Amino acid sequence: MDVNVTLATYSNYLVYGAIAAYSIAMVGFALSLAAMRGRDLAPAVVAETADGAGSVAVATKPVTTLGGPDDGALPPGRRAGNIAMSLMWVGTLLLGGGVLLRGLSVGRVPWGNMYEFSISAALGVAVAFLVMSLRRDVRWLGIFVVIPVLFTLGSAITFLYTDAAQLVPALKSYWLVIHVLAAIVCAGAFCVGASVTVLFLVADAGERRALAGRPYRLDWLARRLPESYKLDATAYRIHAFMFPLWTFAVVAGAIWAENAWGRYWGWDPKETWAFITWVAYAAYLHARATAGWKGRKAAVIGLVAFGCFLFNYFGVNILLTGLHSYGGV
Amino acid sequence: MTDLRDDALPDSNDAYGLAPDDRAPDDRVGDVGGRVDGVADDGVRDDRVRDDGVRDDLAPDGDARRMSTAPAEVDASAAIGIGVLGWLRWAWRTLTSMRTALVLLFLLALASVPGSIFPQRGTNPIAVTQYIADDPSRGRFMDRLGLFDVFASPWFAAIYLLLFVSLAGCVLPRSLAHWRIVRSRPPAAPRHLTRLPEHRTLSSDATPQQVLDDAAEWLRKNRWRVDTERYDGARAGAVAAEKGYARETGNLVFHVALLVLLAAVGLGSLGGFRGTVILREGSSFANTRAQFDSFNPGKVFDDSSLPPFSFTLKKFTADYQRGGQQDGAAREFSADITLTRTPGAAPESQRVEVNEPLVVDGVKVFLVGHGYAPSITVKNPAGEVVFRDSVVFLPQDGNFSSTGVVKVPDSTPQLGLKGFFLPTAAVDDVRGPHSTFPAADDPAVFLSLWSGDLGLDNGRPQSVYKLDTTAMTRLGLEALRPGETWTLPDGLGTATFDGYLEWASFSVAHDPGKELALLASVVAITGLALSLLVRRRRVWVRVSNDGAGVTVVEIAGLTRSEHTTVTDEVDELTRHLAGRATSAATTPPGA
Ligand code: HEM
Repeated sequence: MDVNVTLATYSNYLVYGAIAAYSIAMVGFALSLAAMRGRDLAPAVVAETADGAGSVAVATKPVTTLGGPDDGALPPGRRAGNIAMSLMWVGTLLLGGGVLLRGLSVGRVPWGNMYEFSISAALGVAVAFLVMSLRRDVRWLGIFVVIPVLFTLGSAITFLYTDAAQLVPALKSYWLVIHVLAAIVCAGAFCVGASVTVLFLVADAGERRALAGRPYRLDWLARRLPESYKLDATAYRIHAFMFPLWTFAVVAGAIWAENAWGRYWGWDPKETWAFITWVAYAAYLHARATAGWKGRKAAVIGLVAFGCFLFNYFGVNILLTGLHSYGGV
Repeated sequence: MTDLRDDALPDSNDAYGLAPDDRAPDDRVGDVGGRVDGVADDGVRDDRVRDDGVRDDLAPDGDARRMSTAPAEVDASAAIGIGVLGWLRWAWRTLTSMRTALVLLFLLALASVPGSIFPQRGTNPIAVTQYIADDPSRGRFMDRLGLFDVFASPWFAAIYLLLFVSLAGCVLPRSLAHWRIVRSRPPAAPRHLTRLPEHRTLSSDATPQQVLDDAAEWLRKNRWRVDTERYDGARAGAVAAEKGYARETGNLVFHVALLVLLAAVGLGSLGGFRGTVILREGSSFANTRAQFDSFNPGKVFDDSSLPPFSFTLKKFTADYQRGGQQDGAAREFSADITLTRTPGAAPESQRVEVNEPLVVDGVKVFLVGHGYAPSITVKNPAGEVVFRDSVVFLPQDGNFSSTGVVKVPDSTPQLGLKGFFLPTAAVDDVRGPHSTFPAADDPAVFLSLWSGDLGLDNGRPQSVYKLDTTAMTRLGLEALRPGETWTLPDGLGTATFDGYLEWASFSVAHDPGKELALLASVVAITGLALSLLVRRRRVWVRVSNDGAGVTVVEIAGLTRSEHTTVTDEVDELTRHLAGRATSAATTPPGA
């Protein structure tokens, strides 16, 4: 099967278009965040401790920090946020088209090299964010999602770019398709989860210091975020939802490995880091149920786990060699 | 005696048809009074596992709030002065605590890291040898630490065995506790329902007992497990209900499945085998230990369980990307073979491809590698053939520049040829002879001739890919295209490059634990999904009479704090009870 160069070129244009849309969205999110009236950090903490260490509180009601004084005639900050959300949708449609055309140009799923993985993963992040946005107002989160998306796309088109081409034989397997699809969805959601976790740490630090009356350098940011317990709950929910899928992704990879090399687990660097990532996320979930480890410590473990996930992608593919090194990194 | 008797009822609200008094009396009515008293005392019921103050969200109504069988945190000072038994108990409780599990999980992740950084014997033995040779003293030290065999090292085993002992020690008691909980009643209502985060109050003109029956009916219909305390006219009565036991069940199933997974991995590495064999086109392999180039049996593997099949490699085909950025990348490999399933059976044509192994009697045959085998003929000065064979050369780079040796023990003096095979040959000043494409577009072989003693007779085993040149001298070098003949120096005869065959390497493997491992993984994922997605929650309804004929109804709900609410369910129940009353006043949610 030959490569359809025209489609591949159009795919590139769509990816560039998506980058443009996301860049403007980034500015919009930044403006909307800047225009937000921050909340008072201290009372949130008081309410939280009254609830009993903050863990009884519940948080499925939509986050409303963006509402309040902004109601009525749309002020500029809110309009910027709305435009940014629309551009997220536009960018994601363009990117989705780019991934689709890339696949069509080679007549297979577009997951054969790091360029293709990267644009797909960026798509995964954006989709995870948009799915969240359907259920609640997440404009406060927008900029912290669009920045990693732009980073991923930027590195993809600059130093990971690879011409469209056929696959090396080991990658031709439908278990691979399943495995990679699951991993890409996880990448997207874990990335959003990590952003929320970082924001939790910021809000948490802001609330603590406000309560103690001490200054905080990120105070301007903490004040614009939802209460820390809500962020914590959101981060947990994302991770809890994704961990079974990540487990499935690892198992699907093992089934593929069994088919390709005759053993389902061989401690190849990629497999080793998938294992490390899995254990790290399990440790995060465990920590959340362990006295003395909830909250900040668990959050840090969650971030370490995401670090392992990223390392498995960038570090292992580029630094360490193994059976998994793909054609055309 | 089960509380889940209403599972089969339709979900619609109008299924409510029974007048409260027609309902079968609860078979536990008799002990209601005592239980209500018990609740009033401390909110803890005896038939449930006692809580040792584990969860930091426990209020005085501890039992009502406890929704996990997670083990209690250990108090480090608790063991002081209780003697050996006390210490043992303390050690066991420490080992099986959540905190220890967390630390061990950390260690497990950390201990895996060197396994991805240093070359490992299991995946890349040649690189390990090379690593040690580069810096022998450091290399040998690292080897003693097990850094080249991380996943088989004692310290790695220590971590995961401890973790799994902890797991077993944690999960078994938890399962028993959960079993008891599942079979017992939902915990009685805490004394102060209005202290719970989610509560409503309602006054109704229905009788207290009607409200209770109504609430119980609705809850059962919605698949809650329900326990009622009949309103006895003097005191308050209450309904307690719980839902989402699958959360804890799933969690336990997940942890048990991990134990099974470990067992399956162990079973595979003990009872399985794995061997590799290289076959040139036209040659055959019979599935016995002697015919493998390398063979790794598990500790309890029995040779007689090797199924007696054999096969011949007819043709190996490879296809490569031509042109573009990925010029030369492999696109297609396949090996056409004739398979004889059992001795004497009719041979059948089969094709083995990457990702499409051949399965014979549960043993799988994988295509794992390929290369070239140049055909060389060596004649002595008299013109007699002293060597004629296609010799397996091992690829050295992505373009299949390959090296190998030809040993000619039957000539005098003994001859050895070190060869360099290039499927698409090119020579330049910087890289010398090299190959520019993996397919054999323009093959050439570079041979260097050695004569002397091959060292085959000293009894030491020799690699077929290496020439022991300690007792040999080098006589010359020649590049040959297919069909060309080199007249050897010193009148030693001739060497002809006749052409080449392709070879394929196969991995033959059987892992008796892999089905079990797959099963355990599927069960683990299912358990995990239940554990993380199901909400465990409780609701209570308490009725009392305000003395003026108005029934005061308190409704409250509670859930595992992490990430869920029962708001909707409490609201629905409140609405239902309010709707049943002919006149009702509801306090706003959360008031
Ligand atoms: C192989 C090692 C282990 C792994 C990979 C693992 C993984 C997990 C995961 C992913 C969860 C999250 C599920 C949830 O929150 O419901 C969890 C929960 C839990 N694990 Fe483990 N675990 C391991 C060992 C242990 C051990 C040794 C213990 C005993 C101390 C333990 C006790 C628990 C408990 C009690 C929970 C539920 C906490 C809660 O109530 O939310 N686990 N485990």
